Amino acid sequence: MADWLFTHSYLILAFPLLSFLVIGLFLQRVSPEKSARFALGTAFFSMLFGVAVSGAYYVKVLAQPLLYPERTLICFDVAWLNFTPILTANMGIYLDPISVMMILVITIISFLVTCYSIGYMKGDSGFGRFFALLSLFSFSMLGLVVSSNILQMFVFWELVGVSSYTLIGFWYEKPSAVAAAKKAFIITRFADAFFLLGILAVSFYVGSFDFQKLNSIETAALLNQSFQFGSFTINLLTLSTLLIFAGGWGKSAMFPLHVWLPDAMEGPTPVSSIIHSATMVVAGVYLTARMFPLFSQSLTTLWLIQCVGAFTALFAAVIAVTQRDIKRILAFSTLSQLGYMLFSLGAAQVIYPDVPGSGLNPLAYSASMYHVFTHAFFKCMLFLGAGAIIHAVHDNDILAMGGLKALMPKTYWSLLTACLAIGGIFPFSGFWSKDAILLASLQSGHYFTFMVGLFTGGLTAFYMFRFFFLIFHGKARSDLHNVHEDPWMTVPIMLLTIPTIGAGLLEQFFVSQVTLPGLQEISNFSHPSWLPVLASLTGLTGISLAWFFYGKGRLEKAESFKRDFRSLYNVVYNKFYIDEVYLFITRKIIFAGIGSPVKWIDRHIVDGAMNLCGEILQLGGRLVRFLQNGQLQFYLGITIIGFVSLLFLGK
Amino acid sequence: MNGPFLLTLIWVLPFIIALVTIPVHQENHLRIKVISLLGNFVNLILVILLTIQFIGVSNTSSTVQESNVSLFQYGYKVAWFTIMNIEYNIGVDAISVLMMLLTAIVIFCGIIASWEVEKQAKEFFILLNVLVAGVYGVFVSIDLFTLFLFYEIAVLPMYLLIGLWGTGRKEYAAMKLTLMLVAGSAFILAGILGLYFESGLNTFDLNQLSQVRFSDSFQYWAFPLVFLGFGVLGAIFPFHTWSPDGHASAPTAVSMLHAGVLMKLGGYGCLRVGMYLMPEGAHMWMNVFLVLVTINVLYGAFGAIRQTDLKYITAYSSVSHCGLVLFGFTAMTFTGLKGGVLQMISHGLMTALFFCLIGMVYGRTHTRTVSEMGGLMKVMPFLSIAFIIVGLAGLGLPSLSGFVAEANVFVGSFANPALINRVCSVLAVLSIVVTAVYVLRTVNSLVNGPIRKQYNTLIDASPLEKVPVIILLFCLFGMGILPGWIIELVNGAVHPIFNNLMR
Repeated sequence: MADWLFTHSYLILAFPLLSFLVIGLFLQRVSPEKSARFALGTAFFSMLFGVAVSGAYYVKVLAQPLLYPERTLICFDVAWLNFTPILTANMGIYLDPISVMMILVITIISFLVTCYSIGYMKGDSGFGRFFALLSLFSFSMLGLVVSSNILQMFVFWELVGVSSYTLIGFWYEKPSAVAAAKKAFIITRFADAFFLLGILAVSFYVGSFDFQKLNSIETAALLNQSFQFGSFTINLLTLSTLLIFAGGWGKSAMFPLHVWLPDAMEGPTPVSSIIHSATMVVAGVYLTARMFPLFSQSLTTLWLIQCVGAFTALFAAVIAVTQRDIKRILAFSTLSQLGYMLFSLGAAQVIYPDVPGSGLNPLAYSASMYHVFTHAFFKCMLFLGAGAIIHAVHDNDILAMGGLKALMPKTYWSLLTACLAIGGIFPFSGFWSKDAILLASLQSGHYFTFMVGLFTGGLTAFYMFRFFFLIFHGKARSDLHNVHEDPWMTVPIMLLTIPTIGAGLLEQFFVSQVTLPGLQEISNFSHPSWLPVLASLTGLTGISLAWFFYGKGRLEKAESFKRDFRSLYNVVYNKFYIDEVYLFITRKIIFAGIGSPVKWIDRHIVDGAMNLCGEILQLGGRLVRFLQNGQLQFYLGITIIGFVSLLFLGK
Repeated sequence: MNGPFLLTLIWVLPFIIALVTIPVHQENHLRIKVISLLGNFVNLILVILLTIQFIGVSNTSSTVQESNVSLFQYGYKVAWFTIMNIEYNIGVDAISVLMMLLTAIVIFCGIIASWEVEKQAKEFFILLNVLVAGVYGVFVSIDLFTLFLFYEIAVLPMYLLIGLWGTGRKEYAAMKLTLMLVAGSAFILAGILGLYFESGLNTFDLNQLSQVRFSDSFQYWAFPLVFLGFGVLGAIFPFHTWSPDGHASAPTAVSMLHAGVLMKLGGYGCLRVGMYLMPEGAHMWMNVFLVLVTINVLYGAFGAIRQTDLKYITAYSSVSHCGLVLFGFTAMTFTGLKGGVLQMISHGLMTALFFCLIGMVYGRTHTRTVSEMGGLMKVMPFLSIAFIIVGLAGLGLPSLSGFVAEANVFVGSFANPALINRVCSVLAVLSIVVTAVYVLRTVNSLVNGPIRKQYNTLIDASPLEKVPVIILLFCLFGMGILPGWIIELVNGAVHPIFNNLMR
């Protein structure tokens, strides 16, 4: 049974692909209703299969560590693109703890989001098309996580990019949506160019795309060579891992490439939900984890990953405090949480002086993956809840809401669990994974990162409960009529409370199983008992502050606070003006600084030179025409002169 | 079917179509078009047959990997002009077969796309068929003299086709295009005659010439002549300026054929005549040409960013993408050569579709200025989605042909560890970002956004118009998803050329 499941594991991908093709090519024109049902059915079977394969993987591989010490299984691998007789890119399915975890997350969330969309997108003119694109998105992301080699990952990576482009710009008549889609694609594409360079560099020196080969110790040793460039010394391992990481940098929207993510809110809310939880943005973290054995050989790379992650975690949380758009707050919170996942990976590097072992902390890796897992569910729910609210209120501004608790009780209680989870309150799932991350950075000796993580945790609790109180508590600040809860939408939201509350039970499983075999347990670390208490207290402080400022839906205190720090507030509210920097780069440098001059040079200098050649030829023609003037006397004269000169020359 | 006979039939058939069209009455447009369509449909079937047969034959030859002589199948040789030892010498290898397949697909689609031509339709289709005959002729020729002859047959009808049926500054564009290409031809002719006399063999046979070790001093001047001569047609910088003007003025089918197939003759000649016959010359000059084509790649992309006319955008993107063809060749590695060949095929399909769609859009909106359009998705979803897909193919999205070709080009260029190659590779890879910028900018302002009032009544593609679009989309996806068989074929043909290059 298990073997049958493994050989047919491609079916997990085949269902969404089938859904995309069938709906996209004809079903959407026949009947939008049937399209939705078809998409829901395929998403269900994909989920069923994903769960079955995960179960089989657990029974066959994880439970038998002697048979599978590496915990990996390649279900199939077929040659796809052959470059040279030795360098071939395959298409395969690669199962290991993190890919199986992602299969579970993606298939479950896709199913729930598809279900939710039936309610949310009702009456939209592109109802059928939406489900086709949603299926394509799930397919691409599933392909990405099961990739057996880095080129396959790049293929699906790009497909994820293009699916997000079509979904963010789903309402194609809305200029802001179209612009956001373009921005998302181009910024991630910019990062992808470096990713591609990294792939090319690695494949050239190693001669393979396969993860198993790339992550081996021999590869690291092979790449660990330095080049002298003038006064620079470049380590090839560092260079190539940084280039590959650049791809993840853009996809996971780390500072300063984060600007596309808040704008991507222009897409329909179910799309935001799936982008922020299961697909797209976690791809960058996933890539880092997938290539972790190689990345971890370069301390510079790990250090950079840690810095970028920690900085983005704090930076995004600060911005989130000031935002008013319900979805943008969540977008910045995603950025912040992605920062956690990345700095955790970077914090695997142990700088604590007397620690034996490989110098890498296995908990950091497990904690990061654990946070990917828990975050997916509560973030998905937050977005779905936000969508339900927008659907009911027809507004995005949280300052215009308030008092929704009585009108939307199911959403209220569900979102409360999610806010508690993301705020890191015991015993909700976010508490466990964040605790593991903080513990890992403490264990590895990164105290500064630990402090940043702890502080950001408090900030997170603050802005999430600001969000929560302003929406649900107090009196309604605008005219709310006809607010209701649609069961297509509330059922998925309520189902998501199960993992949001219960995923904490899996902590031991993640720490022991979702790890790399090469990393040894660091045994002389105890779990300091003050850490969970401290983390919880920080979270509770954030919540209390939020209650102090925004509890009961009052805004006066916050407003007066805002007035006192007006200039600072404006800088933060405008997201530190990073978008304006980008506008400057594209408009003034690329368009006006390069594009226009190239256009001008081409028309006037290059083409001018060609025209000059033509002019010179015409001039020559005119000179010859002067000789060929048709007057007999002139010809006769020339003939005589020529004859006479010949006579003289002949002598 | 008998191979050599099939080859001859394929290039003769367009001439026959042209001849059959002559007695048809001027006004009987339908008959003229149907003759062309049916004739080229038969030819398409013949070329597909040829390809299938060829796959069967090529699989049996395994010694190819070590050989440094191109293995032409279905060879047939008969003396033609004995004094100079010119022969009618034909045969095909995988590159020629694939190029012929590309030609057959593009011309078939092009004829459907020019169904609306009313003005002097008879002359239009006659010239179109003569042009195609020349293209097929180049691909089947082994004899350099006949190759050149067919090359000229292919290039010259373009002058009339653009000058008479074009739009805008058509006389200027036609004149410019023809003069620049003919100047290139002069270079080529000088190079070919040089090869003929220098070899001392008194032959124009490609394979015989390839085994001659020409002196370095000869190759030093002959190689750039040939490479630049063909390079003009491949839009090598700075001799690309005919391309924007020419493509912008040409009628739809001519743009399709010109960008889709004719520009490939340039790359084909650079590889087959330049690099295959003069490997040492190639080594001497490669860095110069590498820099030129890297400029091509970036410059074309940046040039496209600021254009406003759809055809100019596509023309500049062609400059960039054809630059990648030569970029693959100048990497001087096996994968690079292969990537160049794949890029020729991919770009051919892609630009043909691009120009085809532009023609259809222009036929409806009567403008090609991007900023004057918008929201076409609402009224013509079919054409708009096709436009998005071909745009994505242009920016190298995996699952479309562009990625397969570009991946090979980049892997190939990275396989050459010289510093200048590294620098140029990095620059060329970064060009994919610029490509994304202009493609998305064009697509967004064309199909997305609010629709203009005057376009509300436009209708989507008719069933006949859908045919070429679907065929070309099918090919783009086919090559992008299952590239295996094409790569196998190209491998076989590239090995001898590469081995000769490394001799």
